[in-house]
Amino acid sequence: MDDLKLPDINYAALAPMLILFGAACLGVLFEALVPRARRHVVQLALALVALVAALVTVILVRDTRIVTIGGAVAVDGPTLFLQGSILLLGIVSLMLIGERAIEPGGSFVSQAAVTVGSQKDLKQVGGQPGATEVYPLTIFALGGMLLFVAANDLLTMFVALEVFSLPLYLLCALARRRRLLSQEAALKYFLLGSYASAFFLFGVALIYGFSGGVDLASIHAAVADPSRSEVLLFGGLALVSIGLLFKSAAVPFHVWTPDVYQGAPTPVTALMAACTKVAAFGALLRVLYVAFDGVRWDFQPVLGVIAVLTMLVGAVLAVTQTEMKRLLAYSSIANAGYLLVGVLALNKEGLSSTMFYLVAYGFSVLAAFGIVSLVRDSEGEATHLSRWAGLGRKSPVFAAIFSFILLAFAGIPLTSGFTSKFAVFGAAIDGGQTWLVIFGVITSMLLAFPYLRVVVLMWLSEPGETTPAVSIPGFLTSAALAIGVIATFALGVVPAPLLDLTNDAAQFVR
Amino acid sequence: MKDFPFLSILTLLPLVGAAVVAFIPRGKAKLAKTVALAWSVVVLALSIVMWVAFEAGGDRFQFRESYQWIPTWNARFTFATDGIALVMLVLIALLVPLVMLASWHDVDENERSVPTYFALLLALECTMIGVFAAADVFLFYVFFEVMLVPMYFIIGSFGGQRRQYAAVKFFLYSLVGGLFMLAAVIGLWVVGGHTFDWQALTDASSSFNTGTARWLFLGFFIAFAVKAPFFPFHTWLPDAGGAAPAPAAALLVGVLDKVGTFGILRYCLPIFPEASRWFAPAALILGVIGILYAALLAIGQHDLKRLVSYTSIAHFGFIGIGIFAFTTQAGTGSVLYMVNHGLATGLLFLVVGMFVARRGSSLVSDFGGAGKLVPVLAGLLFFAGLASLALPGTAPFVSEFLVLIGTFTTHKVYAVIATAGIILAAAYVLWMVQRTTQGTLNPAVEQTPAMHKDITLREKVVVAPLVLLLLLLGFYPKPVTDVINPAVQATMQDVGKTDPVPPAVANGRVAR
Repeated sequence: MDDLKLPDINYAALAPMLILFGAACLGVLFEALVPRARRHVVQLALALVALVAALVTVILVRDTRIVTIGGAVAVDGPTLFLQGSILLLGIVSLMLIGERAIEPGGSFVSQAAVTVGSQKDLKQVGGQPGATEVYPLTIFALGGMLLFVAANDLLTMFVALEVFSLPLYLLCALARRRRLLSQEAALKYFLLGSYASAFFLFGVALIYGFSGGVDLASIHAAVADPSRSEVLLFGGLALVSIGLLFKSAAVPFHVWTPDVYQGAPTPVTALMAACTKVAAFGALLRVLYVAFDGVRWDFQPVLGVIAVLTMLVGAVLAVTQTEMKRLLAYSSIANAGYLLVGVLALNKEGLSSTMFYLVAYGFSVLAAFGIVSLVRDSEGEATHLSRWAGLGRKSPVFAAIFSFILLAFAGIPLTSGFTSKFAVFGAAIDGGQTWLVIFGVITSMLLAFPYLRVVVLMWLSEPGETTPAVSIPGFLTSAALAIGVIATFALGVVPAPLLDLTNDAAQFVR
Repeated sequence: MKDFPFLSILTLLPLVGAAVVAFIPRGKAKLAKTVALAWSVVVLALSIVMWVAFEAGGDRFQFRESYQWIPTWNARFTFATDGIALVMLVLIALLVPLVMLASWHDVDENERSVPTYFALLLALECTMIGVFAAADVFLFYVFFEVMLVPMYFIIGSFGGQRRQYAAVKFFLYSLVGGLFMLAAVIGLWVVGGHTFDWQALTDASSSFNTGTARWLFLGFFIAFAVKAPFFPFHTWLPDAGGAAPAPAAALLVGVLDKVGTFGILRYCLPIFPEASRWFAPAALILGVIGILYAALLAIGQHDLKRLVSYTSIAHFGFIGIGIFAFTTQAGTGSVLYMVNHGLATGLLFLVVGMFVARRGSSLVSDFGGAGKLVPVLAGLLFFAGLASLALPGTAPFVSEFLVLIGTFTTHKVYAVIATAGIILAAAYVLWMVQRTTQGTLNPAVEQTPAMHKDITLREKVVVAPLVLLLLLLGFYPKPVTDVINPAVQATMQDVGKTDPVPPAVANGRVAR
């Protein structure tokens, strides 16, 4: 029995994930032991410390390029870069999640199990402190995402997918206001997410049948072998892709996005829009670039059509929206399309530009949802577009910030929206995908219209009687907004450092 | 002197000014105006020093500066100016202080803040200077797009009726054009060997695949045709020009739109010479249609600002045919036309703005016989109109004449048809002057107290430089043509066209 060996484990390379999972478990323990009054501060501090510690670890091990735990986890340039991005964006999201100054008790319900509309529920609306379970849940989700982008075999990837999805389903249901909408969103997300997971798992089974292994290196080797079954290969690839495209919110697997984005508590929406996107595209990049690049000519056109559909549907439906969070949801779908354009370049530039785009977009979208969480009246957030009319007169600073973010989404130069679009489009033309760029440009034109409409609404319309005031943000939200805006501006004006970083990182290990 | 970083300072200076003015509290409107005006005068002074330092017979590009920006893409802050850009830079620097002075009281009653308006004007000046000074395609594109933002807010926040519609239409049209150009810029970057440097791309242009070059040309051309605007991409201009405050409209058509024609001369022709020749017939036809169509529409306008906007579209038709005739004469005429049109139409818009400020309306029917109340202003309107229709003795005559004879040597039919535009120009100008200032006095005009006040000292200061320049350049355009001519010649060489020899000379009938 001496040929049964324990796999080599490089703990340093795994440290970021271990820190997060450890902190999350500790958070669950704190939930039981720390007195209720102090839980919020303690949990928030623990979560922040854990994220910062994980980020520092990622920076410390930045030169690691290994495959460890028997091929289950690959820690390489893209992994570390994406993990760092997830952690950075996670810290900013956590600031939004931890904010309690805008609304008494924060944006989370204190007891989600209480029936909506009951006596007990009415009592808890008005300021009972929100559930502090959100912090361990968030950390679990972020930990899962770190593993997701590092997973080097499809089963690990599946486990990571579940680890980060389940907390997100729960988080979606925890809104303090409009609880039915929030619970509906969670249920929808859960059901559709389970389908997607099932597809993914079935795909993994087919791939296993095809290659006799689940790790990406052996799949890569099997793809190069012409004697194997193409049906299993393409069936498996299609199903695995569906699972990943679902999380990336690509058309036609996007239908959950608007409802979930609208129903979930706004800080959680921000978390999903920024971090989940990084994780989903990180995994997609790894699967396509590492395992299946041998059949790139076969999947490129299919995914190209999906990219075009994603951009078109996202842009066209964004034009028709009258609700701010749904508008941002469709915009996020369209952005998934642009990301796919970068992915489909299938070259080094494609990898690095997609990573650049993910970071740039993440910061902008966090700032956008941060503003959305501030525009509110006594009923909670005022997300209907008509309520934003004339906001520029009432709160010029916040309207200016939001306009700037919208201009970034529209891709106006001197914002990160422009540099990131430029990066992915450039990579795609380099990769011979000019047709995708043409669609990208056309949809950018369509997409400019809804953004511009909001700018017009805020600045050029007269304030209505129902225009709400913008709440004064607490320190946490202010910091999150400042980081988002500064990053959006800085990445638009001096993108060189981050571009260099993505370029250096853009090499998978196999 | 040659090493002084004129262009980067000229670009940055207004931006710093915009930041300073923006932070002046809205209660101190007077201070904000004064600071903004002083700032723009400093910019003007610097641009005049640069004009003097420019050697007309020297290198094609002068004052070249280049700084690292995004090494990954090889995008650099490269500034350089040739004669064509130089005259536009000075024109911008001249118009901005005049526009500020002209809108001194225009925004006082507006509930928006006065410092914001003047800060936006300075920010606009920064982007306009940048777009002409850039010698890096990426940098040019950045300025080209960012330019929209201040103008959008000027129209949207300080404009007249339908300003929201006009602002959005302006923004969307330009953005759509700009995105076509973005695709072309990226494509050019890929086929040009991952560089944005104008010189490098021009040198590499002979190696481009013909089909690719034509598509890329089209991407640039659409953006510039929307910006200029050429028929049939022109519909945003009457709306924007009609809704913008009149002084800002003077900047809009006087300078901002010239980016389109300038872009064609600087980017389309040298980088895609073969495609330029291939597309020239289409561009010429669009130019001729624009001249006649816009002139006819101008005759039918009821709104003074929309009318002037339509006249501009007709003028851009002339500039367009001058460029695509591919002769030095016509090219020089076109560039001179860009300058003179900035002066003449700028003056026309400013004078119209003075009328509108007094009457509170820009409808032709709200005037009538105004010359009896404000004879000097009416005279100025007449003069500006005459300059705009290119009366001999005013500067636009020289440029229009150059364009027409230059075009005639290569494209007789187009030149002849375009000449009809001169007659239509006389019709719209004279009819406009007649309906507003001549004839019986409109009683409603008489009852408007402000209409009894003729030109003020401030307004005299605004119009005097323009009137003087129009007359001066009408009789002695040499200082400007000397600067323009070498740059145009070089551009024509890039396109691979030489000037046709007149038949008389070719046949040896003229003693040499």
